[in-house]
Amino acid sequence: MAKTIVQEFTKGLWDEIPPFRLVLGLCPVLAVTKTVENGIGMGMATTFVLVCSNILVSSLRKVIPSKVRIACFIIIIATFVTVVELVMQAFTYPLFLKLGIFIPLIVVNCIVLGRAEAFASKNGIVASLADGLGIGIGFTLALGALGAVRELFGTGILTIWEKPIQVFGPSFQPFTFMIEAPGAFVCLGLMLCIMNMMGSK
Amino acid sequence: MGDYIVLAISCILINNILLAQYLGNCPFLGTSKKMETAIGMAMAVVFVLVMAGVITWIVNTYILQQFSLEYLRTLSFILVIAALVQFVEMFLKKSIPALYAGLGIFLPLITTNCAVMGVCLINVNEEYTFLQALVASFSYAVGFGLALILFAGVRERILLARVPKPLQDTSIALVTAGILSLTFFAFKGMV
Repeated sequence: MAKTIVQEFTKGLWDEIPPFRLVLGLCPVLAVTKTVENGIGMGMATTFVLVCSNILVSSLRKVIPSKVRIACFIIIIATFVTVVELVMQAFTYPLFLKLGIFIPLIVVNCIVLGRAEAFASKNGIVASLADGLGIGIGFTLALGALGAVRELFGTGILTIWEKPIQVFGPSFQPFTFMIEAPGAFVCLGLMLCIMNMMGSK
Repeated sequence: MGDYIVLAISCILINNILLAQYLGNCPFLGTSKKMETAIGMAMAVVFVLVMAGVITWIVNTYILQQFSLEYLRTLSFILVIAALVQFVEMFLKKSIPALYAGLGIFLPLITTNCAVMGVCLINVNEEYTFLQALVASFSYAVGFGLALILFAGVRERILLARVPKPLQDTSIALVTAGILSLTFFAFKGMV
Protein backbone atom coordinates (compact mmCIF):
# COMPACT_ATOMS: atom_id res chain seq x y z
CA MET A 1 0.00 0.00 0.00
CA ALA A 2 2.73 2.44 0.98
CA LYS A 3 4.50 1.80 -2.28
CA THR A 4 1.46 2.61 -4.39
CA ILE A 5 0.97 5.91 -2.60
CA VAL A 6 4.55 6.84 -3.35
CA GLN A 7 3.88 5.91 -6.97
CA GLU A 8 0.76 8.10 -7.08
CA PHE A 9 2.89 10.94 -5.80
CA THR A 10 5.90 10.52 -8.08
CA LYS A 11 3.97 10.00 -11.29
CA GLY A 12 3.00 13.68 -11.19
CA LEU A 13 6.64 14.70 -11.15
CA TRP A 14 7.69 13.12 -14.43
CA ASP A 15 5.40 10.56 -16.08
CA GLU A 16 2.31 12.74 -16.04
CA ILE A 17 3.82 16.17 -15.38
CA PRO A 18 0.86 18.38 -16.26
CA PRO A 19 1.57 20.95 -18.92
CA PHE A 20 3.94 18.66 -20.82
CA ARG A 21 2.57 15.11 -20.68
CA LEU A 22 -1.07 15.97 -20.21
CA VAL A 23 -1.53 19.03 -22.39
CA LEU A 24 -4.02 20.62 -20.02
CA GLY A 25 -4.24 23.90 -18.19
CA LEU A 26 -2.07 25.77 -20.65
CA CYS A 27 -3.44 29.25 -20.13
CA PRO A 28 -1.83 29.99 -16.76
CA VAL A 29 1.32 28.22 -17.94
CA LEU A 30 1.71 30.66 -20.79
CA ALA A 31 0.43 33.75 -19.07
CA VAL A 32 2.09 33.94 -15.68
CA THR A 33 5.56 32.62 -16.48
CA LYS A 34 7.15 35.96 -17.26
CA THR A 35 9.23 35.55 -14.10
CA VAL A 36 10.16 32.62 -11.86
CA GLU A 37 8.36 34.09 -8.86
CA ASN A 38 5.05 34.50 -10.66
CA GLY A 39 5.30 30.98 -11.99
CA ILE A 40 5.98 29.42 -8.61
CA GLY A 41 3.32 31.53 -6.88
CA MET A 42 0.74 30.42 -9.41
CA GLY A 43 1.92 26.82 -9.09
CA MET A 44 1.53 26.90 -5.32
CA ALA A 45 -1.95 28.41 -5.50
CA THR A 46 -2.98 25.70 -7.97
CA THR A 47 -1.41 22.98 -5.80
CA PHE A 48 -3.42 24.12 -2.80
CA VAL A 49 -6.68 24.04 -4.75
CA LEU A 50 -5.78 20.70 -6.31
CA VAL A 51 -4.97 19.01 -3.00
CA CYS A 52 -8.02 20.37 -1.15
CA SER A 53 -10.49 19.65 -3.93
CA ASN A 54 -9.04 16.16 -4.41
CA ILE A 55 -9.49 15.39 -0.71
CA LEU A 56 -13.03 16.73 -0.57
CA VAL A 57 -14.14 15.11 -3.82
CA SER A 58 -12.67 11.81 -2.73
CA SER A 59 -14.33 11.89 0.67
CA LEU A 60 -17.70 12.80 -0.86
CA ARG A 61 -17.45 10.44 -3.81
CA LYS A 62 -20.09 8.03 -2.46
CA VAL A 63 -22.55 10.81 -1.63
CA ILE A 64 -22.46 12.76 -4.91
CA PRO A 65 -24.91 11.37 -7.50
CA SER A 66 -23.08 10.66 -10.72
CA LYS A 67 -25.47 12.71 -12.87
CA VAL A 68 -24.66 16.01 -11.23
CA ARG A 69 -21.06 15.22 -10.32
CA ILE A 70 -19.42 17.76 -12.63
CA ALA A 71 -21.51 20.58 -11.18
CA CYS A 72 -20.65 19.45 -7.64
CA PHE A 73 -16.93 19.25 -8.48
CA ILE A 74 -16.99 22.75 -9.94
CA ILE A 75 -18.63 24.18 -6.83
CA ILE A 76 -16.08 22.46 -4.57
CA ILE A 77 -13.22 23.80 -6.70
CA ALA A 78 -14.72 27.29 -6.86
CA THR A 79 -14.97 27.37 -3.07
CA PHE A 80 -11.28 26.62 -2.62
CA VAL A 81 -10.33 29.10 -5.34
CA THR A 82 -12.23 31.79 -3.46
CA VAL A 83 -10.29 30.83 -0.33
CA VAL A 84 -6.97 31.18 -2.17
CA GLU A 85 -8.08 34.47 -3.68
CA LEU A 86 -8.94 35.99 -0.32
CA VAL A 87 -5.82 34.64 1.41
CA MET A 88 -3.52 35.94 -1.32
CA GLN A 89 -5.25 39.31 -1.29
CA ALA A 90 -4.57 39.55 2.44
CA PHE A 91 -1.00 38.25 2.67
CA THR A 92 0.73 38.48 -0.72
CA TYR A 93 -0.92 41.50 -2.28
CA PRO A 94 1.82 42.35 -4.86
CA LEU A 95 1.78 38.79 -6.20
CA PHE A 96 -2.02 38.85 -6.22
CA LEU A 97 -1.93 41.96 -8.42
CA LYS A 98 0.61 40.42 -10.80
CA LEU A 99 -1.32 37.20 -11.27
CA GLY A 100 -4.57 39.16 -11.50
CA ILE A 101 -7.31 37.47 -13.47
CA PHE A 102 -5.51 34.12 -13.47
CA ILE A 103 -6.27 33.36 -9.83
CA PRO A 104 -10.06 33.21 -10.25
CA LEU A 105 -9.37 31.33 -13.47
CA ILE A 106 -7.95 28.37 -11.52
CA VAL A 107 -11.62 27.33 -11.38
CA VAL A 108 -11.60 26.55 -15.07
CA ASN A 109 -8.11 25.03 -15.08
CA CYS A 110 -8.67 21.68 -16.74
CA ILE A 111 -6.02 20.00 -14.57
CA VAL A 112 -7.99 20.52 -11.36
CA LEU A 113 -11.31 19.32 -12.76
CA GLY A 114 -9.52 16.59 -14.69
CA ARG A 115 -7.91 15.13 -11.55
CA ALA A 116 -11.20 15.35 -9.63
CA GLU A 117 -13.02 13.49 -12.38
CA ALA A 118 -10.33 11.02 -13.42
CA PHE A 119 -8.75 10.21 -10.07
CA ALA A 120 -10.33 11.55 -6.88
CA SER A 121 -13.86 10.40 -7.72
CA LYS A 122 -12.62 6.80 -7.97
CA ASN A 123 -9.94 6.52 -5.27
CA GLY A 124 -9.53 6.81 -1.52
CA ILE A 125 -8.60 9.94 0.39
CA VAL A 126 -4.92 9.19 0.98
CA ALA A 127 -4.28 8.20 -2.63
CA SER A 128 -6.11 11.31 -3.84
CA LEU A 129 -4.04 13.48 -1.53
CA ALA A 130 -0.83 11.98 -2.92
CA ASP A 131 -2.08 12.39 -6.47
CA GLY A 132 -3.06 16.03 -5.94
CA LEU A 133 0.22 16.84 -4.26
CA GLY A 134 2.29 15.11 -6.94
CA ILE A 135 0.51 16.72 -9.87
CA GLY A 136 0.55 20.08 -8.09
CA ILE A 137 4.28 19.98 -7.41
CA GLY A 138 4.93 18.83 -10.97
CA PHE A 139 2.88 21.78 -12.21
CA THR A 140 4.81 24.17 -9.96
CA LEU A 141 8.15 22.81 -11.18
CA ALA A 142 7.09 23.17 -14.79
CA LEU A 143 5.90 26.74 -14.25
CA GLY A 144 9.11 27.59 -12.39
CA ALA A 145 11.29 26.11 -15.13
CA LEU A 146 9.45 27.90 -17.91
CA GLY A 147 9.51 31.12 -15.89
CA ALA A 148 13.25 30.78 -15.34
CA VAL A 149 14.00 30.31 -19.03
CA ARG A 150 11.81 33.19 -20.09
CA GLU A 151 13.05 35.58 -17.41
CA LEU A 152 16.67 34.68 -18.02
CA PHE A 153 16.63 35.28 -21.77
CA GLY A 154 13.99 38.01 -21.74
CA THR A 155 15.69 40.27 -19.21
CA GLY A 156 19.06 38.72 -18.43
CA ILE A 157 18.12 38.89 -14.75
CA LEU A 158 16.97 36.07 -12.50
CA THR A 159 15.00 37.18 -9.44
CA ILE A 160 15.18 34.73 -6.55
CA TRP A 161 13.68 35.70 -3.18
CA GLU A 162 13.35 39.29 -4.36
CA LYS A 163 17.08 39.49 -5.10
CA PRO A 164 17.80 40.19 -8.76
CA ILE A 165 20.88 38.36 -10.03
CA GLN A 166 22.48 39.57 -13.23
CA VAL A 167 23.42 36.31 -14.89
CA PHE A 168 24.90 37.36 -18.21
CA GLY A 169 26.61 40.55 -17.06
CA PRO A 170 25.73 44.15 -17.91
CA SER A 171 26.56 44.01 -21.63
CA PHE A 172 23.82 41.44 -22.31
CA GLN A 173 21.19 42.61 -24.75
CA PRO A 174 17.80 41.35 -23.47
CA PHE A 175 15.88 39.11 -25.83
CA THR A 176 12.53 40.86 -25.25
CA PHE A 177 10.67 38.43 -27.52
CA MET A 178 10.84 35.82 -24.76
CA ILE A 179 8.72 37.68 -22.22
CA GLU A 180 6.06 38.63 -24.76
CA ALA A 181 3.18 36.38 -25.83
CA PRO A 182 4.87 34.76 -28.87
CA GLY A 183 7.90 33.83 -26.79
CA ALA A 184 5.69 31.95 -24.35
CA PHE A 185 4.29 29.72 -27.08
CA VAL A 186 7.64 29.08 -28.78
CA CYS A 187 9.43 28.45 -25.49
CA LEU A 188 6.81 25.96 -24.27
CA GLY A 189 6.86 24.22 -27.65
CA LEU A 190 10.64 23.85 -27.56
CA MET A 191 10.60 22.60 -23.96
CA LEU A 192 8.05 19.99 -24.97
CA CYS A 193 10.37 19.00 -27.81
CA ILE A 194 13.30 18.59 -25.40
CA MET A 195 11.14 16.47 -23.09
CA ASN A 196 10.16 14.28 -26.03
CA MET A 197 13.82 13.82 -26.97
CA MET A 198 14.72 12.81 -23.43
CA GLY A 199 11.73 10.50 -23.19
CA SER A 200 12.51 8.62 -26.39
CA LYS A 201 16.02 7.62 -25.32
CA MET B 1 -20.31 54.99 -31.87
CA GLY B 2 -16.65 55.49 -32.73
CA ASP B 3 -15.65 54.35 -29.26
CA TYR B 4 -17.44 51.06 -29.74
CA ILE B 5 -15.69 50.42 -33.05
CA VAL B 6 -12.32 51.13 -31.45
CA LEU B 7 -13.21 48.79 -28.59
CA ALA B 8 -14.27 46.07 -31.02
CA ILE B 9 -11.07 46.34 -33.07
CA SER B 10 -8.88 46.31 -30.00
CA CYS B 11 -10.68 43.22 -28.65
CA ILE B 12 -10.54 41.32 -31.94
CA LEU B 13 -7.02 42.11 -33.11
CA ILE B 14 -4.84 43.87 -30.56
CA ASN B 15 -5.86 42.12 -27.37
CA ASN B 16 -6.78 38.91 -29.13
CA ILE B 17 -8.01 36.58 -26.44
CA LEU B 18 -6.01 33.58 -27.59
CA LEU B 19 -2.78 35.06 -28.84
CA ALA B 20 -2.27 38.11 -26.65
CA GLN B 21 -4.18 37.35 -23.45
CA TYR B 22 -3.43 33.63 -23.32
CA LEU B 23 -6.98 32.56 -22.53
CA GLY B 24 -8.75 29.52 -23.93
CA ASN B 25 -5.63 27.73 -25.06
CA CYS B 26 -6.81 24.19 -24.30
CA PRO B 27 -9.56 24.20 -26.95
CA PHE B 28 -7.22 26.22 -29.17
CA LEU B 29 -4.79 23.30 -29.31
CA GLY B 30 -7.39 20.57 -28.83
CA THR B 31 -9.88 21.43 -31.56
CA SER B 32 -7.63 22.93 -34.22
CA LYS B 33 -6.54 19.69 -35.87
CA LYS B 34 -9.43 19.79 -38.33
CA MET B 35 -11.10 22.77 -39.94
CA GLU B 36 -14.60 21.38 -39.23
CA THR B 37 -14.12 21.04 -35.48
CA ALA B 38 -12.46 24.46 -35.35
CA ILE B 39 -15.49 26.08 -36.99
CA GLY B 40 -17.85 24.22 -34.64
CA MET B 41 -15.92 25.35 -31.60
CA ALA B 42 -15.71 28.94 -32.85
CA MET B 43 -19.48 29.09 -33.37
CA ALA B 44 -20.22 27.58 -29.97
CA VAL B 45 -17.90 30.08 -28.27
CA VAL B 46 -19.45 33.11 -30.00
CA PHE B 47 -22.89 31.89 -28.97
CA VAL B 48 -22.11 31.19 -25.33
CA LEU B 49 -19.62 33.99 -24.72
CA VAL B 50 -22.04 36.77 -25.70
CA MET B 51 -24.78 35.37 -23.46
CA ALA B 52 -22.40 34.68 -20.58
CA GLY B 53 -20.84 38.15 -20.84
CA VAL B 54 -24.22 39.85 -20.67
CA ILE B 55 -25.67 37.70 -17.89
CA THR B 56 -22.61 37.83 -15.63
CA TRP B 57 -22.50 41.61 -16.09
CA ILE B 58 -26.12 41.82 -14.90
CA VAL B 59 -25.47 39.44 -12.00
CA ASN B 60 -22.41 41.41 -10.94
CA THR B 61 -24.02 44.86 -11.16
CA TYR B 62 -27.46 44.17 -9.80
CA ILE B 63 -26.84 41.37 -7.32
CA LEU B 64 -23.23 41.18 -6.18
CA GLN B 65 -22.44 44.89 -6.01
CA GLN B 66 -25.86 45.77 -4.66
CA PHE B 67 -25.39 43.56 -1.62
CA SER B 68 -21.56 43.93 -1.50
CA LEU B 69 -20.97 40.24 -2.14
CA GLU B 70 -18.04 40.71 -4.54
CA TYR B 71 -16.09 37.92 -2.87
CA LEU B 72 -18.63 35.45 -4.28
CA ARG B 73 -17.77 36.52 -7.82
CA THR B 74 -15.76 33.44 -8.82
CA LEU B 75 -18.33 31.05 -7.43
CA SER B 76 -21.36 32.80 -8.90
CA PHE B 77 -19.79 33.35 -12.34
CA ILE B 78 -18.85 29.71 -12.78
CA LEU B 79 -22.32 28.66 -11.69
CA VAL B 80 -23.94 31.08 -14.12
CA ILE B 81 -21.74 29.83 -16.95
CA ALA B 82 -22.32 26.15 -16.15
CA ALA B 83 -26.08 26.64 -15.87
CA LEU B 84 -26.14 28.71 -19.04
CA VAL B 85 -24.27 26.09 -21.03
CA GLN B 86 -26.64 23.39 -19.78
CA PHE B 87 -29.66 25.53 -20.63
CA VAL B 88 -28.39 26.44 -24.10
CA GLU B 89 -27.74 22.76 -24.75
CA MET B 90 -31.29 21.73 -23.80
CA PHE B 91 -32.82 24.66 -25.68
CA LEU B 92 -30.92 23.95 -28.88
CA LYS B 93 -31.67 20.23 -28.69
CA LYS B 94 -35.41 20.92 -28.63
CA SER B 95 -35.74 23.89 -30.95
CA ILE B 96 -32.82 23.94 -33.42
CA PRO B 97 -31.63 20.31 -33.67
CA ALA B 98 -29.50 21.07 -36.76
CA LEU B 99 -27.37 23.61 -34.91
CA TYR B 100 -27.21 21.32 -31.90
CA ALA B 101 -25.85 18.49 -34.02
CA GLY B 102 -23.34 20.90 -35.54
CA LEU B 103 -21.99 22.10 -32.21
CA GLY B 104 -22.10 18.61 -30.72
CA ILE B 105 -19.51 17.90 -28.06
CA PHE B 106 -18.16 21.45 -28.03
CA LEU B 107 -21.06 22.91 -26.09
CA PRO B 108 -20.47 21.07 -22.77
CA LEU B 109 -16.72 21.63 -23.15
CA ILE B 110 -17.23 25.37 -23.07
CA THR B 111 -17.97 25.31 -19.34
CA THR B 112 -14.29 24.80 -18.65
CA ASN B 113 -13.10 27.13 -21.40
CA CYS B 114 -11.22 29.85 -19.61
CA ALA B 115 -11.88 32.30 -22.44
CA VAL B 116 -15.54 32.51 -21.36
CA MET B 117 -14.82 32.98 -17.67
CA GLY B 118 -11.89 35.27 -18.52
CA VAL B 119 -13.95 37.64 -20.64
CA CYS B 120 -16.64 37.83 -17.95
CA LEU B 121 -13.97 38.78 -15.41
CA ILE B 122 -12.34 41.30 -17.78
CA ASN B 123 -15.72 42.97 -18.35
CA VAL B 124 -16.11 43.40 -14.61
CA ASN B 125 -12.51 44.43 -13.88
CA GLU B 126 -12.51 47.08 -16.62
CA GLU B 127 -15.80 48.42 -15.28
CA TYR B 128 -17.45 48.41 -18.69
CA THR B 129 -20.97 49.75 -19.14
CA PHE B 130 -23.64 47.32 -20.33
CA LEU B 131 -23.20 48.19 -24.02
CA GLN B 132 -19.42 48.09 -23.77
CA ALA B 133 -19.60 44.67 -22.11
CA LEU B 134 -21.85 43.43 -24.89
CA VAL B 135 -19.53 44.74 -27.63
CA ALA B 136 -16.42 43.46 -25.85
CA SER B 137 -17.87 39.96 -25.31
CA PHE B 138 -18.89 39.69 -28.94
CA SER B 139 -15.57 41.02 -30.26
CA TYR B 140 -13.49 38.77 -28.01
CA ALA B 141 -15.53 35.80 -29.24
CA VAL B 142 -15.00 36.84 -32.87
CA GLY B 143 -11.27 37.22 -32.17
CA PHE B 144 -11.24 33.73 -30.67
CA GLY B 145 -12.97 32.32 -33.75
CA LEU B 146 -10.66 34.16 -36.12
CA ALA B 147 -7.49 32.93 -34.44
CA LEU B 148 -8.81 29.38 -34.08
CA ILE B 149 -9.84 29.07 -37.74
CA LEU B 150 -6.59 30.63 -39.01
CA PHE B 151 -4.62 28.26 -36.82
CA ALA B 152 -6.62 25.23 -37.98
CA GLY B 153 -5.81 26.19 -41.57
CA VAL B 154 -2.09 26.33 -40.77
CA ARG B 155 -2.19 23.04 -38.87
CA GLU B 156 -3.82 21.24 -41.77
CA ARG B 157 -0.85 22.26 -43.90
CA ILE B 158 1.64 21.15 -41.25
CA LEU B 159 0.22 17.63 -41.48
CA LEU B 160 1.65 17.45 -45.00
CA ALA B 161 5.09 18.70 -43.98
CA ARG B 162 7.92 16.56 -42.63
CA VAL B 163 8.43 17.53 -39.00
CA PRO B 164 11.36 16.21 -36.91
CA LYS B 165 10.13 13.46 -34.61
CA PRO B 166 10.54 15.12 -31.18
CA LEU B 167 8.82 18.27 -32.46
CA GLN B 168 5.74 16.47 -33.73
CA ASP B 169 2.15 17.14 -32.68
CA THR B 170 1.68 19.55 -29.76
CA SER B 171 5.24 20.79 -29.84
CA ILE B 172 5.16 22.07 -33.41
CA ALA B 173 1.63 23.35 -32.83
CA LEU B 174 2.88 25.56 -29.99
CA VAL B 175 5.75 26.92 -32.06
CA THR B 176 3.30 27.67 -34.88
CA ALA B 177 0.99 29.40 -32.43
CA GLY B 178 3.96 31.51 -31.35
CA ILE B 179 4.58 32.65 -34.92
CA LEU B 180 0.87 33.35 -35.40
CA SER B 181 0.93 35.35 -32.19
CA LEU B 182 3.91 37.31 -33.55
CA THR B 183 1.89 38.31 -36.61
CA PHE B 184 -0.92 39.55 -34.37
CA PHE B 185 1.69 41.62 -32.59
CA ALA B 186 1.87 43.80 -35.66
CA PHE B 187 -1.53 45.23 -34.74
CA LYS B 188 -0.14 46.69 -31.53
CA GLY B 189 -0.14 50.44 -31.51
CA MET B 190 -2.87 50.58 -34.15
CA VAL B 191 -5.40 52.15 -31.78
